[in-house]
Amino acid sequence: MALQSLDIKQRSATTTPSTQVRETIEIAKLIDVSACIGCKACQVACSEWNDIRDEVGNCHGVYDNPMDLSAKSWTVMRYTEVEQDNKLEWLIRKDGCMHCADPGCLKACPAPGAIIQYSNGIVDFHQENCIGCGYCVTGCPFNVPRISKEDSKAYKCSLCSDRVAVNQAPACVKACPTGAIQFGSKEDMKDYAAKRVEDLKERGYDQAGLYDPQGVGGTHVMYVLHHADKPDLYAGLPANPSISPLVALWKGFAKPLATLALAGVALGSLFHYVTKGPNEVSKEIEDEIEREDKEEAK
Amino acid sequence: MIRDPKDLKRYTASERANHWVVGISFILLALSGLAFFHPAFFPLTQLFGGPVWTRILHPYLGVIMAIGFIVMFFRFKHLNKMTPADKEWLSKVDQMVDGDDHNMPEQGKYNGGQKVMFWALAISMLLMILSGIVIWRAWFDLPVDIVRLGAVVHAAAGAVMIGLIMVHVYAAIWVKGTIRAMWYGTVTRAWAKQHHRGWYRQMTGK
Repeated sequence: MALQSLDIKQRSATTTPSTQVRETIEIAKLIDVSACIGCKACQVACSEWNDIRDEVGNCHGVYDNPMDLSAKSWTVMRYTEVEQDNKLEWLIRKDGCMHCADPGCLKACPAPGAIIQYSNGIVDFHQENCIGCGYCVTGCPFNVPRISKEDSKAYKCSLCSDRVAVNQAPACVKACPTGAIQFGSKEDMKDYAAKRVEDLKERGYDQAGLYDPQGVGGTHVMYVLHHADKPDLYAGLPANPSISPLVALWKGFAKPLATLALAGVALGSLFHYVTKGPNEVSKEIEDEIEREDKEEAK
Repeated sequence: MIRDPKDLKRYTASERANHWVVGISFILLALSGLAFFHPAFFPLTQLFGGPVWTRILHPYLGVIMAIGFIVMFFRFKHLNKMTPADKEWLSKVDQMVDGDDHNMPEQGKYNGGQKVMFWALAISMLLMILSGIVIWRAWFDLPVDIVRLGAVVHAAAGAVMIGLIMVHVYAAIWVKGTIRAMWYGTVTRAWAKQHHRGWYRQMTGK
């Protein structure tokens, strides 16, 4: 749903500028992995607020449930057991859309207005414009969008854009019992993260740090990680995510150039015709054949 | 129906029908494909009943074209083998484009340019089929890196193919007396003698 109170910064498959006049502050959700107890209250709150009930799955012998993101599960907790320095660590990461400043999904989308980036940083899918091609899946460096089997539309976390539009924090933030999920302006979240990182370093996590990957221009969902040097440990969080060069090529300068080239071929043909004239059968040959026919008739 | 019984038969009814199946499906594919190629062409989705229908129909049209093209490929493959005369023709193609065909070497049923077109289209079509399967999410779910590559290849080969077909169509418009071969299969003897003298000799024994 388009929200009047949120200004649109970018629209998918749109080559003219979106609203630029008003500046709003960038918001961010900060997930402090070190304070997460893995209770899944965020998953439940997400399901409750968005009024979506995923199918009840099966137990796979691990805590992850559901096992993966889906069109009906926009956030899932991913649990990883890591052994290093003779110490077992249970790393829990709340996975979902990162709301990139440079969103690969939006770049890849061919349907005008199916993906919107608000000026506050939220990247939202507008399913009424979605055509179900799955290009957003191709564009995403975090493997987040999911295409519904029921309606062939793409779904993902909206960062509760409907709540944020009326100055409410996202549902998962509200539900978190330990304060591991914080919400506010991106600047405030960075300051808060800096304090958390300092605290973790004092407690012996030398490599603690903020995950705000610059390869996608920074994100509006950030993590505080105790092992910021190895984001990969947290269920494969990419260390240097960026839009695939293939997607950049596919959606970048190549297409306008190809369009111009095709227009060139069409116009070139037209002007060839009007300058060189049609390639007619020569009168000589026609007469030759007529003569032959007459001779044969004799 | 036949204006001159001495006209030369260039294409059988079945070959013509085959060409039209490929031609119609190509036009529909180009229009629907361009709609997703660049936002400037997105309004073309209205020709297919809206954007979602365009997304649904495009790959099935692709299947029709692929089958038609493969059949046509095997029909005409043996006529498109490159010969030294074709290479000579190609080396003088600038004179041909300039409108002077007096120095062009004698050509069989197809000239060097047509043969290059045949093989370029065949390669493009092969790339379109393979990459098209890879990005057809309704039926296939492949690793994202392969899908990314597929999307690039599909867009690039598609653009090349549209360009090639533009040249193919223009050549038929430019060379007068050609288009009737596509409609009713015959060409005049004068046309054949001027443009494909080797084939003319073969057909008439002259």
